[in-house]
Amino acid sequence: MTEIKQTVLLRHREIPGLNQLEVYREQGGFEAWRKVVTSMQPNEVIDTVKASGLRGRGGAGFPTGMKWSFIDNWNWPHYVVANADESEPGTFKDREIMESNPFQFLEGLAICAFAVKAKAAYIYLRGEFWQVAHFLDEKIAEMESAGLLGEKLFGTEYGLRLYTHLGAGAYICGEETALLESMEGKLGQPRLRPPFPPSYGLFGKPTIVNNVETLTNVPLIIEKGAEWFRTYGTEKSPGVKVFSLSGNVNKPGNYELPLGTTFRELIYTHGGGIPDGHKVKAIMPAGASSSLIVATEEALDTPMDYESVPKVGAQLGSASVIVIDDSVNISWLLNKTVHFFKHESCGKCTPCREGTYWMMHLTERIANGQASAEDVELLREVANQIKGKCLCALGEFSIEAVLSGIERFPEDFPAQIKEPAPEIATT
Amino acid sequence: MNKLAENYPDEIKAILAKYPPEQKQAAVMPLIYLAQRAENFITKQAMQEVAEICEITTTEVASIVGFYSLYYDEKGGKYRVQVCTDLPCALRGAEEFLSKLCENLGIQVGETTADGKITVEAVMCLAGCDKAPMFQVQSGEGLEYHENQSVESALKVIDELQKR
Repeated sequence: MTEIKQTVLLRHREIPGLNQLEVYREQGGFEAWRKVVTSMQPNEVIDTVKASGLRGRGGAGFPTGMKWSFIDNWNWPHYVVANADESEPGTFKDREIMESNPFQFLEGLAICAFAVKAKAAYIYLRGEFWQVAHFLDEKIAEMESAGLLGEKLFGTEYGLRLYTHLGAGAYICGEETALLESMEGKLGQPRLRPPFPPSYGLFGKPTIVNNVETLTNVPLIIEKGAEWFRTYGTEKSPGVKVFSLSGNVNKPGNYELPLGTTFRELIYTHGGGIPDGHKVKAIMPAGASSSLIVATEEALDTPMDYESVPKVGAQLGSASVIVIDDSVNISWLLNKTVHFFKHESCGKCTPCREGTYWMMHLTERIANGQASAEDVELLREVANQIKGKCLCALGEFSIEAVLSGIERFPEDFPAQIKEPAPEIATT
Repeated sequence: MNKLAENYPDEIKAILAKYPPEQKQAAVMPLIYLAQRAENFITKQAMQEVAEICEITTTEVASIVGFYSLYYDEKGGKYRVQVCTDLPCALRGAEEFLSKLCENLGIQVGETTADGKITVEAVMCLAGCDKAPMFQVQSGEGLEYHENQSVESALKVIDELQKR
């Protein structure tokens, strides 16, 4: 079992009352914030985060320090937006961080704002996190009273304000440009990129959008240094990750583990295995957006990091591991995930809007046993028509489970023709 | 006359102060929540009032109301009990939970109890996958989570809501 040296993100599980300001400060909280404002240049902060190798924890795994360095210094003001829209089925890590370790997240957000010279930062929370938003408002007010936010911080000329902003129930707003549109008071529909947010973001100004978990890593990187951070995880995926474990396991929940921990350790050692004597049949390592991995011994021994998971035919994404046991029929599962994407498609791109609609009806028919062999082929064909034809990743995500499910679990599609269908031309 | 502006002057001021003065449209989402506060849905009249404050058209406000799941342009129950039945919750029995809950209340999914208090709905993922079955209760005043539920405990929550 992998040894955890020190908890980095879910420290509240070891330190009771960490969501209270005095407790957080007793633990050295906001010393990193004071350090960057009083003794560091913004570029030095960016260089430290770059050296740590921290990669975005929202799903894409983009190097965080590099993203910060892209901020356009010819256009002002700058903004930072924390992406707290956590809506991927199977993901529930950011909520725990914000509820139980809020100051470490807010400190990370503040440090990011300083690094890109922003004087205002927003936290975009999904509308369902109404209670979390009000809780964060209280915490922000406490920080203001304690002189940790506001004008002329620590006797310098730098000032910063933080604000919460509630969405209203739309998965697509987790996509960063849709999130920015939504914050501007418009429909949450993705923008054509480039330009990317660091040059054209919120209100048309240079903006850095980072996931909650990503930002929560930052205070300890500043405090303990990039080298310390690199002692966790693998060379290309340094640090720890909060794995959200759900589905058919005895102990679902969030587990903070180094990147590179195996599926087997997460599911059996920490998650307590599969209930009721069942066997694990499939794993979705990145929530409903994930391809289905056949749970072979080899797959179970795969390290969960950004490089290794693709080798078994999926992505690590936000590390929301859904475990599926042998009582589940994959055709039922496909109908579930497709139904989600059909509901959440924003409607901007035709292949996604129409494709998810048809996939929903086809998977419903297949799951209900009313399908013919042609229906399975048609489903595959529709999925291939969505592939690579949409502005954002939602359309792409909607077909991951469909294509991998049909291919890797043919026994659950009895009507399927044995010969594989010809590849659909995508050009 | 703008009733919304009259009823909630302090709240509106606080909302607008969050955004740059020339970006009033950014306030449209919090203002729709404010307009829903009284009855858990927004009227045509209120959409016009929100539009006035944000300096956009009523059609733009209506499109926002239509796009996002937590806004309603029709009256439902005073409390919307919204059960997540997405994949991770379904693997932990959320679908059976929902159908038994509705059976006990004598309504179908999407319907409202006879007293007009409770609408039961199936919704998309609520980020509570490890604590399924779970649901949220949305009312004009806000939104609260209820996790690790059984049909019995859920009926108790609903009973309390009906007394409010």
